[in-house]
Order: sequence, then C-alpha cells, then structure tokens
Amino acid sequence: MNVRLRDAQPGAASQLEVPARALSGEKARPLLQVDDVCRLFGPEQGCQEVSFTLYPGEVLGLVGESGSGKSTLLSTLSGRLPPDRGRVRYRDGADWLDLYAAGEGRRRALLRTQWGFVEQNPRDGLRMSVSAGANIGERLMAQGARHYGRLRQCALEWLRHVEIDAARIDDTPETFSGGMRQRLQIARNLVSGPRLVFMDEPTGGLDVSVQARILDLLRNLVREFDLSVILVTHDLAVARLLADRLMVMRRSRIVESGLTDQILDDPQHPYTQLLVSSILQV
Amino acid sequence: MANMSETPQPGYNFAYLDEGSKRMIRRGLLKAVAIPGFQVPFGGREMPLPYGWGTGGIQVTASLITPEDVLKVIDQGADDTTNAVSIRQFFERVAGIASTTRTREATIVQTRHRIPETPLEPGQIMVFQVPIPEPLRFIEPSETETATLHALSDYGVMHVKLYEDIVRHGHIATCYAYPVEVNGRYVMDPSPIPRFDNPRLHMSPALMLFGAGRERRLYALPPHTEVVSLDFEDYPFEIQRPEAACAICGSTESYLDELIVDDAGTRRHVCSDTDYCQARVKAREAAA
Amino acid sequence: MYVAVKGGEQAIRNAHCLLAHKRRGNTARPELSVTQIREQMFLGVARVMCEGALHDAELAALALKQAAGDTVEAIFLLRAYRATLPRFCASRPLDTGAMRIERRISATYKDIPGGQQLGATFDYTHRLLDFALLAEQEAPKPPESAPARADACPHIMALLAREGLVGEERARAENEPPPDITREPLAFPASRAERLQILARGDEGFLLALGYSTQRGYGRNHPFAGEIRVGKVDVWLEAEELGFCVPIGEIEISECEMVNQFTGSREVPPQFTRGYGLAFGSAERKAMAMALVDRALLAREYGEEASAPAQREEFVLAHCDSVEASGFLSHLKLPHYVDFQSELGLVRKLRRDRSRR
Repeated sequence: MNVRLRDAQPGAASQLEVPARALSGEKARPLLQVDDVCRLFGPEQGCQEVSFTLYPGEVLGLVGESGSGKSTLLSTLSGRLPPDRGRVRYRDGADWLDLYAAGEGRRRALLRTQWGFVEQNPRDGLRMSVSAGANIGERLMAQGARHYGRLRQCALEWLRHVEIDAARIDDTPETFSGGMRQRLQIARNLVSGPRLVFMDEPTGGLDVSVQARILDLLRNLVREFDLSVILVTHDLAVARLLADRLMVMRRSRIVESGLTDQILDDPQHPYTQLLVSSILQV
Repeated sequence: MANMSETPQPGYNFAYLDEGSKRMIRRGLLKAVAIPGFQVPFGGREMPLPYGWGTGGIQVTASLITPEDVLKVIDQGADDTTNAVSIRQFFERVAGIASTTRTREATIVQTRHRIPETPLEPGQIMVFQVPIPEPLRFIEPSETETATLHALSDYGVMHVKLYEDIVRHGHIATCYAYPVEVNGRYVMDPSPIPRFDNPRLHMSPALMLFGAGRERRLYALPPHTEVVSLDFEDYPFEIQRPEAACAICGSTESYLDELIVDDAGTRRHVCSDTDYCQARVKAREAAA
Repeated sequence: MYVAVKGGEQAIRNAHCLLAHKRRGNTARPELSVTQIREQMFLGVARVMCEGALHDAELAALALKQAAGDTVEAIFLLRAYRATLPRFCASRPLDTGAMRIERRISATYKDIPGGQQLGATFDYTHRLLDFALLAEQEAPKPPESAPARADACPHIMALLAREGLVGEERARAENEPPPDITREPLAFPASRAERLQILARGDEGFLLALGYSTQRGYGRNHPFAGEIRVGKVDVWLEAEELGFCVPIGEIEISECEMVNQFTGSREVPPQFTRGYGLAFGSAERKAMAMALVDRALLAREYGEEASAPAQREEFVLAHCDSVEASGFLSHLKLPHYVDFQSELGLVRKLRRDRSRR
C-alpha cells in the first residue's frame, strides 16, 4: 500500500504514517511539520511538492539516486537553505516555530541545542585543529557552561558513548581515523541532548567494516536517547537498518513513502521497484 | 571652536582633521559609549602616519581634543619611546596643545599596549590604539560571520580557545589582548595590553575609548562599566605577578620591562610606566 | 638607565635629516626636478595617482621625488594628502565611449568599428637593454605619419550587448549618489561599485597576482580581452545652481573590459559576462588585472562556487590596499616589549612546569 504522507495534517495523522509503536501523550504529537516545500535550481533539480510529518523518536530515511534532491531537501529542512515556497515548522514544547519566519538568532540557537547535523565528511562538522574534548564541549560552552572539570567529565562520558578511548580526549581529530572522526562528530552533536538530528550519508565515506560499527552505534544511540532522525542515504541497506519510515525521491519529488519494510519488500512505484531490485541483484 | 588662524600648522585644520570628519568620529564614539563593547564601523580617514602606528587612536584623540586639553601619549607604558614622541609631536604641531608625561595632569591619555599604573580619575579619557578590534578574528576570519556571532552572543567558540589553552598548558595561556565580556553582553578585545592591566578596565572611573584605524572600528567602555575577563569557574582569570622588583624605584607592584644589560645575558627589570617610576624616585628623594 | 629604545626626539630628528640627505644624494649632480619625473617617469606617476586615488600628476611626481622612488611610500604620501581635501561633489560618470583614443585593442575580433590602434606600448618590444640610453642622446623622433584618428569607436561590449550576448549592468538611478569608500565604512557583502572603488585603489602587484591565479585555475573564468582603451576623457560636473553640466578638464585613463564565459542558470540563458577595470593614466596592466578580479568577485552574483582566493570578497577587499598593508607590516617595527615580556614570562613558566613534571 502506498501511503501518501503529503496529505497528512498535524494531529490528524493516520495510524499508518507513524512507526508501529505505542503512541501516547508527547509521542503522539508531531515534532516537525513540512508543508509543500519547494526549492529548485533548475527543472527538476532540487526539491518540490514535499510535505510530511515527523513524530518524536522516529527515524525517517530519504533515499534516491544522486541528483534526486535529497541533500537540497535536507538543507531546507535543517534551516540552512530557505525554500522558494512552503513552510517548515518545528514544535518547541507547546509552540510551533516557523523555521524561516523565525529570526536567525532563534534558528541558530535551535541548530546548536535541540537539533544536530551530522555531515557526511566529518571535517565539515568538526573543528579539526582543536582537541576531541573541546569539540564535544563546544555546544555546552556556547550555552554558558563555564566549569572546565565538568566539561571534561561530560566529554569523557560522550567518548564512552561513541566508543572512543578516553585517553584520546586531548588529541585532535586530525590524528583520528575516519570512523573515529565520524563517531566524534556524532558525540559533538548529541552532547546538547537534541531532539532532532539530521544526517547526510553519515557512513558515506567509510569502509564497509567501519560502516557496520557506526550503524550499530547509531541504532543504539537513537533508542537510548529517543532521537528523531532525518537521514539522507543512497544506500538502501543503511535505510533498512536505521529507518522506521522511508521517502523515495526522484527528480526533485517524493515518488513513494511509507514504512521501511513495506517500501523495500513491496515497492509500488516503478522507480522504487527499480531501486530495490538493483540493490537486491548485487 | 578653534579656527584656522590659531592653527599652528598652516594649511591644516585644528587637530588635523576637518570638522566634518571630527563630527563623524564623535557620532561613532557616542554610539560606542551607548553600546559598551560593541564595535562601531566608522569612515576612518587616512592619516599622515602609517596604519598600524596608532591611526585609530590619533583620529579619536583628534576628534575630541580642545585647545584646553593636556595630552599624554605613551607607548609600552613609556612617554619617551619613539612612537609616543612622534604622536605627541604630531598633536603639538597640528593642535598646539599642551602635553605632559604626568598621568595625573593629563585630560587625555593616548596609549599603545598599557594602562598607566597611577589610578585614573573621573573626567580623564583613555584612548587606546587598536590593531585588530575583533576578538574572534583568529578563530573566525570572516567579518560577516563574526558580526553574526556578536549579534547572537554566540561566544562558545571563544571558550573553546581558552579550553584548549588549559588542555595544552595547564592554564589559560593568553597573556595579552586577553578577551573580556563587557556589561554582560559583548565580548571585546581590550587591545594588546598585558592581561596584568585587564583588572584596571573594570569599573574604571575614566572613559575608555578604543580606535582601530586600519580596520575602521570604534568601541568604548563608559565610566563604571563591568568588564569581566573570560575564564572558567575552576580556572579563574589571574594576572601574572612580577617576578622581580624595579631596579630603579624598587616597585614590586608594577609591570616590568626586562632588560639585558651585558653580553653575559644579565637581566634587570624596570617599570614599563616611566612616569610612575620617576614619581616614586622623586617621592623617595623628597622623603630622604 | 637603558636608553637604546628610548631614542626620543633627537633620534627622530637625526633620522629624518639623514633620510633627506640620502634622498638628495651627490650634490655635485643636478637635482631631479618634479617636472622631469612627471614627464619622463609618467607611468610611475600614473600608478601613484591611481593607487593614491588623486588625479594630480604634479603632486604624484612630488610624492615620488620625496619618497626617493619608493612607489608604495609615494602612494601613502598622496593618500594622506588626499584625506585632507574637502569633497565638493561627484562628477558625472565618465563617458569612455567618447574617449580621445591613443591606444585601443581588442583580442576578440580581428577588425572592429573604429579599428585597432597600438598607440605607445611596450608590447612587441624586445626586452633588450638599450645601452644608448646610458648617454644623453638626441630626442627620438615621433612616428612619421600619426595614425588616423578613428572617428567612432563604440565599445565592443556594447556590440555584444545589442545582440543580448552579454548581461546588462545595473545602472545607478539618476538621483542615487555613488557610494564613497573613503567616507563610509565598508560592510560585507559589498556592492559592486564599492568593490570597484577598492580595486581601483588596490595594489597593482596584489591584483596582478590574484588575476593571474584565476588564469591558472583558482577560480577560472575564461577571460578574453574584449577591449582595452587608453586615452583622454572629459570630466563633467553638474553644477546644481546652473542646472546643466560643465566640463572641468580632461584626464587620461585606461579602461579594460574582459569578456568572460558564463554557462547560464535557471533564469538566465547562457551568455557572456563582463569584468571591468579602470585606472588613471596609461596603466593597462592594472586595468586588466582589476577586470579579472572584478569578474572573479562576481561569482556569488552569478551563483558560481566561490572558493578560490580571488573569488573571496572579504579576503580580496580587506587585503588589496598597499597603504593599509604596508602600514600594518611596518608596525612590527614598533616596540612590542610589553607583550613580548608577557610571552617571555609565560614560556619560562611553561618550561618550569614541564621540568617539574
């Protein structure tokens, strides 16, 4: 069954649009509401006619081939690229915040507290020349943490969460392997206790064995900290492992969306079928 | 208002700048005083001294000075260093004003790299020469980005630098141009004064004005402004205590220059503030 | 008492006296006159006027004499003088189409309306030292037949624009005053008018190197020298009380328009774009380099990736002024012993801490 999420309204979501978890109280209320977002660089380049609702604790995968508009959509959703048209709203407690109507100050504050962004290339998301501890502590310092000892305690705790040896706390990411850098970037984002994390091909540049470890780590962290995630990937295996729900993009539009297993096991749209079969043949 | 006929240097206005330029600078200074620690862009003029040699401070002084003012100019704390002499001569030449080396007698003190040891008094104006006004410059080179960081009070990155100091050196290793938070709002570069001088900025009864000529920025600390040197709760800001006494006046309280007095590398220390040092010597002679 | 750095007034006076003495040199030789510099070193004078941002050949020549031939120092002298001058008004835009042309070339067309004209150029000279110039000699004769003055010399760019092949430049509204970077602080992002003003005063060597870097692939923009023209133009003022324009004199300028490739975007079909350079006097190297850098700085406006040094507005504009740069460089010669003292104390302390560990 092909679930068309763009018809969804806040609070009026059908049972099929949300992960198969028990919904109660806070969880039943949407976290992110996207209405008819459009950002185009050329005909069918970018994204258009995108609407969906994201719920707390939900992992949404954006899949599609390169050039389909996944990254543009992710930038637009995450406050980095204003859409030509449409709205992105985020629920902050009881209030709905219109992302691009809000001032830059509010948006930036959101980005460094309640939101996270894991870049494909950790160089873009880390300060490569400062220590791992300072990388982790930066968000806390930006929020006013002024106790060196406690900042270090917190950094050590997060190094443990992402399985980096505590002895590396004073080393710079320059001396880290690709996988360690990616794990450090994840820690740097999660330290502020975000509710929503955007990830752009988080395992893209890594060896297969390293990928598996990161995926495993991400899956555990998502559960442990009850994160909502919007994940861009071209790798359906990554999507299957992490995502509750998928949106398939092709030529700037969402062509199909629904629960991950449903999409991968019983694709409806011809493009999705092609995508799934091409993977399975490998 | 001074007129051209009183001007000691023919062909130039009193204090070199034309009155329109002075007004423009004073407007910038008023804004700077109204928003302590905020860097006000201004249409800096080319001065007949090179950029980097105090053109910002000179423009601030030129915009404020009146024929009644008494000017003191110091560089590295001393009145007789070449650049201090050069700037003092400039104002004697273009404004014909009286100058002094005595901190107490001065109405305006233009300085590079020091705050006098003698406590400042209400009504006095300190004018600082500033090379790089942006405290975030060496962390974030883009002007557009630093302006945004200031606007949003997004100063986490400043503490990242201090954190790294502690990681590497065991304590905060910034010894001059030590960043301060002004009036609970803006992070400010106090100009390259040694951090020894930072406490003198806090709640100073004097008006403190900062001019960066090349970078075209003005900023200010109005009298009695709260100025806090950035630090961590468990690594509080502290000043480097002098390790010796002045070889001339015996002071153990003042900031000292280190001199190498012979080929064997023998070191001696003397006060960097020459006026303070001489006053102590005179007082001692008078007492003897 | 230690006195070496506390040279004071006498030391400064002596230094200046010595400088004046060295500048004059051997008094058995005749003194170089400002007129000689102005007339026989006119290319040096042009550079000082251009980067000094003041069109006054007499004062520029004086500055060069006073600076003993140090161009950057001469530019600084002229700038400092310029800053004291009142600004009465802005002239009308120069009509370079009506230039009385001394030199005009295009690398894009073999033949152009009005024709190509080599003028006085170092191009095609063989760079062999002419030892005959060591001795005073007979004045060289002017060329036998002065090239025929071309009557109509339309801008090459205008011909391309007529076909819609080159993007239109945004014209300033009639009553909109031009920005003045010497009066108002610059804010980023800067307007193109502000950028061009800064580039026009910018250090020729810096712009040359940046322009060159775009040619070598750091922000390549496929330039063609669409047109270079050197000659005299009238400067017109609109006298408000009169209600009409009056010419106040003529100046010599060099203008360069580069034709650059642009692949087009969603809204705009493929077309050519323009890099613009203008300099006082005969200074086409400066004008060409400026045009390359101007076009590189348009990357953002054209939605191009702006990652090369020449494309980074803040980097280019903040560092292209030789007066600012040489001032800040030279300030390293000022005493820094207070700051050095505190670093010295720190390094000693750190070394002590380490040896205790």
